[in-house]
Amino acid sequence: MSAVPETLKFVPEHGLDTEHHDGGHGEHHDTSGNTLFGFWLYLMTDCILFASVFATYAVLFMNTDGGVSGKDIFDLNFVAIETAALLVSSITYGFALLCAHNQNRAGTLLWLLVTMALGCVFISMEVYEFHHLIVEGNGPDRSAFLSSFFALVGMHGLHVTAGLIWMLVMVFEVLKRGLGTQTVTRLGCLSLFWHFLDIVWVCVFTVVYLLGAM
Amino acid sequence: MLIRKLGYSALTASLLLLSGCEGGVLDPKGQVGIDEKYLIVVATVLMLLVVIPVIGMTLYFAWRYREGREQEIYDPKWAHSTKIEVVVWLIPIVIIAILGTLTWYSTQKLDPYKALEHDHKPITIQVVSLNWKWLFIYPEQGIATVNEVVFPKDVPVEFKITSDTTMNSFFIPQLGSQIYSMAGMTTRVNLIANEAGQFDGISANYSGAGFTGMKFNAIAKPSEQAFDEWVLAVKHSPAILTDERYAQLALPSENNPVDYFGSVESELFNHVVMQFMGTMDHHEQSEHSAQMHMQAED
Amino acid sequence: MSLLGNLTLDAIPYHEPIIMVTLAVIGVIGLAVVGLITKYEKWGVLWNNWLTSVDHKRLGMMYIILALVMLIRGFSDAIMMRAQLAIATNGSEGYLPPEHYDQIFTAHGIIMIIFMAMPFMIGLMNIVLPLQIGARDVAFPFMNNLSFWLTASGAVLINISLGLGEFAKTGWLAYPPLSEMSFSPGVGVDYYIWALQISGIGTLLTGVNFLVTVFKMRAPGMKLMQMPIFTWTCTWANILIVASFPILTAVLGLLTLDRYLDFHFFTNDGGGNAMMYINLFWAWGHPEVYILVLPAFGIFSEVISTFTGKRLFGYTSMVWASGAISILGFVVWLHHFFTMGSSADVNAFFGVMTMIIAIPTGVKLFNWLFTMYRGRLRITVPVLWTLGFMVTFSIGGMTGVLLAVPGADYVLHNSLFLVAHFHNTIIGGAVFGYMAGFAFWFPKATGFHLNERLGKYSFWCWQVGFYVAFMPLYVLGFLGMTRRLNHTNNPDWNIWLYIAALGAVIIFVGIILQFVQLYVSIRDREQNPDLDGDPWNGHTLEWSTASPPQFYNFATLPKVHDIDAFTDMKDKGIEYQAPDEYLPIHMPRNTAAGMQIAGALGIVGFALIWHIWWLAIVGSVGMVVALIARCYASYVDYYVEPQEIAEIEQAHLANVATVKEELV
Repeated sequence: MSAVPETLKFVPEHGLDTEHHDGGHGEHHDTSGNTLFGFWLYLMTDCILFASVFATYAVLFMNTDGGVSGKDIFDLNFVAIETAALLVSSITYGFALLCAHNQNRAGTLLWLLVTMALGCVFISMEVYEFHHLIVEGNGPDRSAFLSSFFALVGMHGLHVTAGLIWMLVMVFEVLKRGLGTQTVTRLGCLSLFWHFLDIVWVCVFTVVYLLGAM
Repeated sequence: MLIRKLGYSALTASLLLLSGCEGGVLDPKGQVGIDEKYLIVVATVLMLLVVIPVIGMTLYFAWRYREGREQEIYDPKWAHSTKIEVVVWLIPIVIIAILGTLTWYSTQKLDPYKALEHDHKPITIQVVSLNWKWLFIYPEQGIATVNEVVFPKDVPVEFKITSDTTMNSFFIPQLGSQIYSMAGMTTRVNLIANEAGQFDGISANYSGAGFTGMKFNAIAKPSEQAFDEWVLAVKHSPAILTDERYAQLALPSENNPVDYFGSVESELFNHVVMQFMGTMDHHEQSEHSAQMHMQAED
Repeated sequence: MSLLGNLTLDAIPYHEPIIMVTLAVIGVIGLAVVGLITKYEKWGVLWNNWLTSVDHKRLGMMYIILALVMLIRGFSDAIMMRAQLAIATNGSEGYLPPEHYDQIFTAHGIIMIIFMAMPFMIGLMNIVLPLQIGARDVAFPFMNNLSFWLTASGAVLINISLGLGEFAKTGWLAYPPLSEMSFSPGVGVDYYIWALQISGIGTLLTGVNFLVTVFKMRAPGMKLMQMPIFTWTCTWANILIVASFPILTAVLGLLTLDRYLDFHFFTNDGGGNAMMYINLFWAWGHPEVYILVLPAFGIFSEVISTFTGKRLFGYTSMVWASGAISILGFVVWLHHFFTMGSSADVNAFFGVMTMIIAIPTGVKLFNWLFTMYRGRLRITVPVLWTLGFMVTFSIGGMTGVLLAVPGADYVLHNSLFLVAHFHNTIIGGAVFGYMAGFAFWFPKATGFHLNERLGKYSFWCWQVGFYVAFMPLYVLGFLGMTRRLNHTNNPDWNIWLYIAALGAVIIFVGIILQFVQLYVSIRDREQNPDLDGDPWNGHTLEWSTASPPQFYNFATLPKVHDIDAFTDMKDKGIEYQAPDEYLPIHMPRNTAAGMQIAGALGIVGFALIWHIWWLAIVGSVGMVVALIARCYASYVDYYVEPQEIAEIEQAHLANVATVKEELV
């Protein structure tokens, strides 16, 4: 990570190379380091958020209220494809970040778009699954098990959607501004976010789908 | 001197406080409550052993080392003493170790679920919290009452508690432990009255608009014979608590008067619990209620 | 469905004279404030220097102003409750029917914890922490502004509930199933959810922000174990915020789904489990009380060591004791519901864990004692609060340990004994600490002193009032009186209820005196300036700056060699050295983005409370747009030129010289 310019003279760069999230004072500290550390801390809080909902799922997944349980509704083949899409998207995002560090704008854009496409596949499949369940009368209002299933998987889905919107914004940022320090830092934060969602999904896949389908 | 004076006054004050209460948890009329009162007193005295000196030292140090007392030593850089640090860690550790041991054993002993050690077989009373009243069902006697619970003294009582509504807490302060009532679940508390008399019973967990009026009388009869007479009198009451009548009773009402039902639908309590337990499939469910039934019968 | 969702004119409680009069008074005061600002043409100042400010000191002061305003609201609730209970004895109904009374005790709890204590604590932390570690600002100044406005948005929502609809009638814990749609169909719980959720996000961001600040922006040379003790206790509190507030976010989110989309997390039917809510709520709620009290412990440490003119005794012990309290704070939540019927082993485990917290807390008390030992204690207002705390908190701690014994809790749970206990620790611990900190750092933040005499009067009213108001509640708890009763019918209780009401009146006088003190101090500010910025002969770096501090805090970042960095400089005679030359300082610009984003979120909350779906969508989109716009704003920073810095610094040094001459 490159730091804020060490020269303390006023450089009118239209704020391109200065972190404005932190308004760092340019002396003795590396502000993109601050941003990444701050974002990492945020991810830890998000992790606890997921943990709370996981705990709720663990408590409630038996409470089917006479309705369906996991093994009645989970189609592991379907979810496997969904999972593959998300896992591969993490790899493609890694390529995007590598390109960004190498100042390869076209490569960055290409890999970002591939990542987004995979993310969209994941979200579409999830929406399809949800829609199917609701139409069959197995919506979240049916039982505590389905409530916690929809909440846990849905919360992850909302995160992925937010990540996709963020990625779209970053595509425009890279197009317009190139790969300045700030942009690369932001891509770095998004990378942490995207990989984090991947890890969460692995847990969801294991705990909800694999164990549920058994 | 100051420390000693403060210590004396705090002790006398707390003793006055402890002895002066009537009708509360410090005036227990049952073994569980007596044990709990004893526990409170012992724990308090143990803690006062540290708290009183700390309060005394606070005032004394502040007075002694105040500005303008030039005769006292002033040592602005003194900030560490291994000896003192060891002592200030050890004192609370020792007190808490004693208290912790006391806690561990007393918690086992006072577990509300544990049947009381007593020669007499306990009687079972089922308790349902409704908006905003208490329903008591006597499965062995086949009667039910509202806002009044009666049992003989010197006989252990096992209360099985559930809720048909929000969460409440079943509590007779003079007899001891309270326990939450929750829908779809059965909690238990074992109590006994050492003396005959009428005690206040309350809900100790806020449950909505009519909460304040959600009181009941807990009456300990002087003998089993007196209790049986009371049961017989209730049996003569013409009202029958059928499922329909129960549905009516369950409607919200405030400051409900005492009411008696001469007979009661035998599975009522289980129905109340099971209505929220559609979680298991039918096979399990029937097995579960059979189990409950057997429990209720024995 | 109408354009305004469920919102109709009937939502205004015309029939409640108490509320209408309150609203009228708020309206008049509001208009008067607006009139005064207009008359003195202060709108520009207000907007440019305050509302859009990203300066941690300004934000800190706004937090504290918010806290004081909400203190009035929360205390009004308190005194209404005490009055009701003093009137409604012997079977009388009193003047507050349950549907109103139940809202009041719910609002009182939420306001005092979330909108009084939290902003007060975060305000003090904002003002002091960056100065103590020799930083020019927090790590993310804009996010700091956003945090403030999120808290303010939540506060606005809870206040709107006063005049539009109702507030929750569930108690501040909002336990389901009572808080579910089937038992609380009104908008009250929704106000509760959104006010808490929005301000909670603000607090979470604050936690992240200050952790990065502390770990990344300490002055050169300052090791972690050289951070001032207040900074350390705040850091532990921030760790707790980051670890526990997401649980609150989650549990409120789940309750939201239950209420809005018919989910079944905590409902009676559909297989829901209300116990899950209670566990999750307290997994946040218990750390929350340490979030409140740990910074107060830090304040007491600073106050005692400053006014005895000594180093803090047992600094290392203090740091690790705070850490132990923080970590243990996460494994004790079950003690809030021993009466739920957990097994004896589980209850005993949580009881013993809770008691273990008394060990580090006791160590802290002893360390304060030995800080006084061989010192020269100046009995100032902050010291009075500290001594009052040490006496009062010892009692509160003791009753807390008593409640941690499950066998005792079985009869004291939910009684007024419990109410007395947590007021004893939160008032006697946290609030006394904030008051001490307020008096201690007031000259630093404003540049003038508080009136000492009125401060002492106020302290004594609080201290005496506290005992008169809450000791009777301990007795009432022993007498078997449970909490949240609307009226009573037990002649033995009456006298204690009357005494408690009297105590509330005494505290009320204390609060009035504090506002009088503020008024008098501001009026006489010219006579009582804090010229050199070091009124108490302070130990730490905040006292090396001017009062109020320069907007960039430090012209050159200080070099730190000791815990008491400023004392160390004074000992070496290098405390006010001007450097050979000043370098330009990079500063963030003010921005209205925080207000926009938080305002949009507040609108979303309001729209969701009243089911005005279109407005919720508009608000959400507005929020995202404002956030993205902020990310691409180009006019966000500037440099302070050396010329300007030199002028400001020379003025400060001149003031210091004047004070020194006067002393000689």
